[in-house]
Amino acid sequence: MVPAGSTLAGTPIESALRRHGQEGRLDGDRLALEARGITKVFGNHVALDAVDFGLRAGEVHALLGENGAGKSTLIKILTGAYQPDGGMVLADGVPISLESPQQAQAHGIGTVYQEVNLLPNRSVAENLFLGHQPTRFGLIDRRRMERDSRAILARYGLGIDPSSELGAHSVAVQQIVAIARAVELSGKVLILDEPTASLDRNEVERLFEIIAGLKSSGLAIVFITHFLDQVFAIADRATILRNGRLIETRALDDLTRTDVVRLMLGKDVAFSGATKLEESRPLGEVLAEFRGYGRKRSVHPFDLTVHKGEVIGVAGLLGSGRTEMARIMFGADVADEGTVTVAGAAVAITRPTDAIARGFGFCPEDRKAEGIFGELSVRENIVIALQGKLGWFSALNRDEQLEIAGKFGEAMDIRAASLDMPVKLLSGGNQQKVILSRWLATDPAFLILDEPTRGIDVGAHAEIVRTINRLRDEGLALVVISSEIDEVVAYSSRIVVMRDRELVAELNGENINPGVIVQAIANHREASPA
Amino acid sequence: MNRSLRPLLATAVIFVLAYGLSVMQFPGLFSTRVLGNLLTDNAFLGIAAVGMTFVILSGGIDLSVGAVIGFTGVLVAVLVSWAGFHPLVAFAIAIAVAAAFGAVMGLAIHYLQVPAFIVTLAGMFLARGGASVITQDSVPIRHEFYDLISDLMIRLPGGGRLSFIGLTMIAVFIVGAIIAHRTRFGSYVYALGGNAVSASLMGVPVARTTVAIYMLSSVLASLSGIVFSLYTSAGYPLAAVGVELDAISAVVIGGTLLTGGYGFVLGTFIGVMLLGLVQTYIIFDGTLSSWWTKIVIGVLLFLFIVLQRLIFAASAPGEKAAKKA
Repeated sequence: MVPAGSTLAGTPIESALRRHGQEGRLDGDRLALEARGITKVFGNHVALDAVDFGLRAGEVHALLGENGAGKSTLIKILTGAYQPDGGMVLADGVPISLESPQQAQAHGIGTVYQEVNLLPNRSVAENLFLGHQPTRFGLIDRRRMERDSRAILARYGLGIDPSSELGAHSVAVQQIVAIARAVELSGKVLILDEPTASLDRNEVERLFEIIAGLKSSGLAIVFITHFLDQVFAIADRATILRNGRLIETRALDDLTRTDVVRLMLGKDVAFSGATKLEESRPLGEVLAEFRGYGRKRSVHPFDLTVHKGEVIGVAGLLGSGRTEMARIMFGADVADEGTVTVAGAAVAITRPTDAIARGFGFCPEDRKAEGIFGELSVRENIVIALQGKLGWFSALNRDEQLEIAGKFGEAMDIRAASLDMPVKLLSGGNQQKVILSRWLATDPAFLILDEPTRGIDVGAHAEIVRTINRLRDEGLALVVISSEIDEVVAYSSRIVVMRDRELVAELNGENINPGVIVQAIANHREASPA
Repeated sequence: MNRSLRPLLATAVIFVLAYGLSVMQFPGLFSTRVLGNLLTDNAFLGIAAVGMTFVILSGGIDLSVGAVIGFTGVLVAVLVSWAGFHPLVAFAIAIAVAAAFGAVMGLAIHYLQVPAFIVTLAGMFLARGGASVITQDSVPIRHEFYDLISDLMIRLPGGGRLSFIGLTMIAVFIVGAIIAHRTRFGSYVYALGGNAVSASLMGVPVARTTVAIYMLSSVLASLSGIVFSLYTSAGYPLAAVGVELDAISAVVIGGTLLTGGYGFVLGTFIGVMLLGLVQTYIIFDGTLSSWWTKIVIGVLLFLFIVLQRLIFAASAPGEKAAKKA
């Protein structure tokens, strides 16, 4: 192993790529990094349950799983951010302890995160060398640092000026600089945690060329992504986690896309008996029409027509663009192309206020951070959207607030000791009901629910599903995003499937069936046309 | 060109313009005497502002600076005049006390995760209160060493004088600039100001750096207090009230981003000189209330904050995308 910093601190830089190449050949089949029986418990939640993970030198190994599968916990253990409660980590067959990111770096493990974790305010050279700057008489030798940087950057195909500010470059370039730093300082294992999440297609290709080069030079690479196409394009093997358990580690040549999705979601595609057999109800009037609606780097333009009295289910893996779709529909993010028509009139939705004025409501995915006001009471949480709609000058007095909160509290069966208790003390299911009540109080025409049933108990889950059905029957339009395929099938009158930030399929009638959905998520070419 | 050079350049241009216009009105301003006095009169502010530059570059703030200046003055005066210590010994004690004081503030900021604003506000009350407990009155310092220092100066052609304390300030600026721009510690300071989370993931010793930054600020405030005692030959517990705000103004007018990560030590020097020039102009004019200084500082500060906003809001696409993700 190369000690951290040695390539940077001294001697003229040799080709790191060539160096890794020699090591790779020497190592042969030995595992560069191995995790054995890793267990991690948070409170009474088992995040990882005796997970094994083996990484070979010279391979790209995809780590796959839905939200909560345990991917990020495993990565945090491998990078020294968390300490495991059980199991051990070995490098080249020798047990190692990883108590800090610095220690992981010293063992040759470098990590590049989704959000570039570099310093946009400093020069490219300084970002490559921070903490390891070459010095002369105790002072930083800037000329040498920039010369060495130029050599490193050239190996990654970047001709940028090392003295330029990092923040002045695109995310893709910053990502490559981050990779260069990780490889130069660590040099054996490279963990890429969703490196492509904010890159466009050309940038992804460029990144893949670099990954392929590093791989052929013998670096062991862990690749985490939600984009299955990318997994199949670049990875050799995949490890699939679900609910903190190891499901499978296999060569990707032996797997189809559908296999992977099935393993990730734990759905058996063979069972397709759950096809929905519901009387096809006539569609209500058109409520909102999104045409070519999209946002760069977030979600490709999509067309969606929303009718009164229907539930449109949105299926897709985490990171497929489903949340981004909901956000631009509600104006939480601004669409940069496309048009919206609400009740026949073209409108602009650039802020949530615009959407609320048109009768939209939105329950976000991250209930705690974006949904509730934890310190405020149940009553205040329920009336806040209505008060926002009414404006500053028609304040609801306490009695009116209590009446509204009481009415919805009862209708939604919110179980709180008092309407004046802080909402953060309620269970997840009751919090979700509070947020639903908040929107229902505004008398909405269209609700967008992002994962409304995540993290709530079974009983509350059933109630939320019943509420969705009731609201539809009352003539509301709903768009409901969920990872639970059975759930989506149960309440949707129509399903759109998102994949790689694109709306790839719209399923109706007998196609509303878990098997078809899983196939559409896996590969839209296999899916039946809508 | 580096974006962060633009505010620095703007400060320099404003200083040259302001000085030029002042000289056109009062030709007497163009003399080595005025320039020498500008350095001497603002030496204590300049030294404190160097420490403040490091603190602000790291994304923090130090409100205890003025109080530490006052406390140091009183401590030195008491040690020399009442306890009979040699001034150099008194200086060493004062600086050691300030270093410990700054270290405690840095530790609290890092380990208790309390905003620097709160911790240094508490530090301000502690130091100011401590100085007033020692004595309520101004304690004169009479010692031959003080006379010796006062006589140390370089005479300039044209009757100007480069005093010892003015030269001390220049030395502090030079050393400060080298530390900020040419050492690993300096790069860690900028790293913390850029993004503390990234910095720690990149292996920056965050705790050590934070403690060192506040120690440096307190030590320089203490040195500033020593210079102030040389300047006034006395220690007074209510001396230098509000100097931390002047220091912050000088740093920001000098082109350092108040939220950290961008700026130059040299900019702070120009900022201090610009503030000094405003005061000198008002003295030359003779009819204006000295409170006009505050108004001009306010206008300049506002101007520079708007300027930085304009320069940094038009920031790179990469940064914005990274924030979004």
